[in-house]
Amino acid sequence: MAMVLGRRWKKWLYLYLPLGAILIGTLFPFYWMGLTAFRPDRDLYVPWNKPNFNPFWTLRPTLEHLAFLFKETLFARWLLNTLFIALLSTGISLFCGLLAGYAIARLRFPLAGPLGTWIFVTYLVPPTLLFIPLGEVVRTFHLGDTPWALILTYPTFLIPFCTWLLMGYFRTIPKELEECAQIDGASRLQAMVHIVFPLAVPGILSAGIFAFTLSWNEFLYALVFISSVSHKTVPVGVVSELVRGDTFFWGSLMAGALMGSVPVAFIYSFFVEHYVSALTGAVKG
Amino acid sequence: MNWSKATRRERKEWTFAFLLLTPALFMLVVFVFYPFLKGLWLSVIDKEIARPGVFIGLKNFIKLWNDEIFQRTAQNTILYTIAATILKLGIGMVVALLLNQIIKFKRIIRASMLLPWIVPTVLSTLAWKWMFDPTFSVINFFLFHLGMINKQVSWLGGPVIALTSVIIVNAWRGMPFFAITLLAGLQTINPALYEAAAIDGASGWQRFWNVTWPLLMPVTMVVVLFSVIMTFADFQLVYILTGGGPANSTHLFATYAYQIGIATGKISEGAAASLAMFPFLFLVVIFQLWYIRRGEEVKEKVKRK
Repeated sequence: MAMVLGRRWKKWLYLYLPLGAILIGTLFPFYWMGLTAFRPDRDLYVPWNKPNFNPFWTLRPTLEHLAFLFKETLFARWLLNTLFIALLSTGISLFCGLLAGYAIARLRFPLAGPLGTWIFVTYLVPPTLLFIPLGEVVRTFHLGDTPWALILTYPTFLIPFCTWLLMGYFRTIPKELEECAQIDGASRLQAMVHIVFPLAVPGILSAGIFAFTLSWNEFLYALVFISSVSHKTVPVGVVSELVRGDTFFWGSLMAGALMGSVPVAFIYSFFVEHYVSALTGAVKG
Repeated sequence: MNWSKATRRERKEWTFAFLLLTPALFMLVVFVFYPFLKGLWLSVIDKEIARPGVFIGLKNFIKLWNDEIFQRTAQNTILYTIAATILKLGIGMVVALLLNQIIKFKRIIRASMLLPWIVPTVLSTLAWKWMFDPTFSVINFFLFHLGMINKQVSWLGGPVIALTSVIIVNAWRGMPFFAITLLAGLQTINPALYEAAAIDGASGWQRFWNVTWPLLMPVTMVVVLFSVIMTFADFQLVYILTGGGPANSTHLFATYAYQIGIATGKISEGAAASLAMFPFLFLVVIFQLWYIRRGEEVKEKVKRK
């Protein structure tokens, strides 16, 4: 009995306690974001060292910050912009990635190896390396300050990722299935579209969710390529319109941060296993 | 393989492959390869927002080399990359080992652990900025009531403390990625190896050091190299938390390039400042390719045996 108790005690000390502490650390900023979003200003701006003040709770929750967001700023518009841009750039990237991934994984042609490597290398190019010349390119194509500036540039980091992930996925589908279809008279294209792609749906879903969250979260290109308030995405809109000089409207800033985070967190919570497999799959390459 | 010697079937396959690759290659050539060449060109001219610019050779780079803020920026970036990566790897490894032992509520704990990695970085960083607010900081409240501080700490106020704060936020955001990937690696390790080690009398630490760590090495390397690239080229955290301040003391390459190239409008100098990242990134990528290839060769050899 004593030993069982000792083991349980040990488990608490070495497993639950540290894990709990780390979880609190991981989640506290989100709690703080949510709390601030619903807390009235007079509760918000209380110096930290004021006696008898409990900052971790509020008894007078308010919707004023959320209301401000939707009434006084173009937040609803930014949400729509972000959604539109994320959906289109994800669509383009999945289309390109599916075709390219299939070609590299399945077809025998010269340069297949180097091309695979080249696409992997583009995956490793951070957006910050090229944002200034890319801005010039966007301007030469007269795309500056339009949603297309983002819809067409986000695929630069999404296509390599999708291709790489789907390549790995195609390799797990047995070649015999396609060969059977071809013996039955299907063309290579038909075999690809009707046999391989349907089997790759889980892979496509993983790549799609991951690509969607990446474009939803993108900041630098949206900051540099878009200047009109009505064309902004959520991350840029919140940062640039709710901070005036040195004044931070913390209530509405946190309300905006919360509203911008909830959609991705929501999608993610439904597809968490797909997301994790995309994450680890991409790394294992 | 060449075209004239190929059979009709092979030619057909090559054409098909070429057609399938066209959309992806088109996008990457127009929006990655071309901008890269354009960036190289911009960095050797003196273009500004209202001036087309003429060829000036390496003057932009020489100017940066002698610029004290740029030197500081280079130091910051190296320090930031090293410190944040060590933190992420260390904590991520601990979290992965802990998560690997959890039986109940596995999914929900893993899912909440990943949140910082999912949520738009800029938005969660804003929450941190609010937590660091000098007058209303909840962290100060917490530390004050624990008796660890007795006066206000200004988390983003001085050069050293501001860089430390940014490193902490980076580790907070990136750690889940390490933890979840390492966890996936841990789950592929055969439990029989641990049993064998335990029978041989290996302690917990010895089991980690002699079984887990070497077997996890390939996954660790890939995650670390990927994270080094992204941390080295980071922009958002510094842009939001300090904006490079106080007095330009916490810039990274990317934020400094933004400040010169976009905020001040000296496009060419900005392009040069961000291209300054290239040599290091190039080396890391080469190393990564070499490491992956070597891993594949080892696998082949094992298979043949």
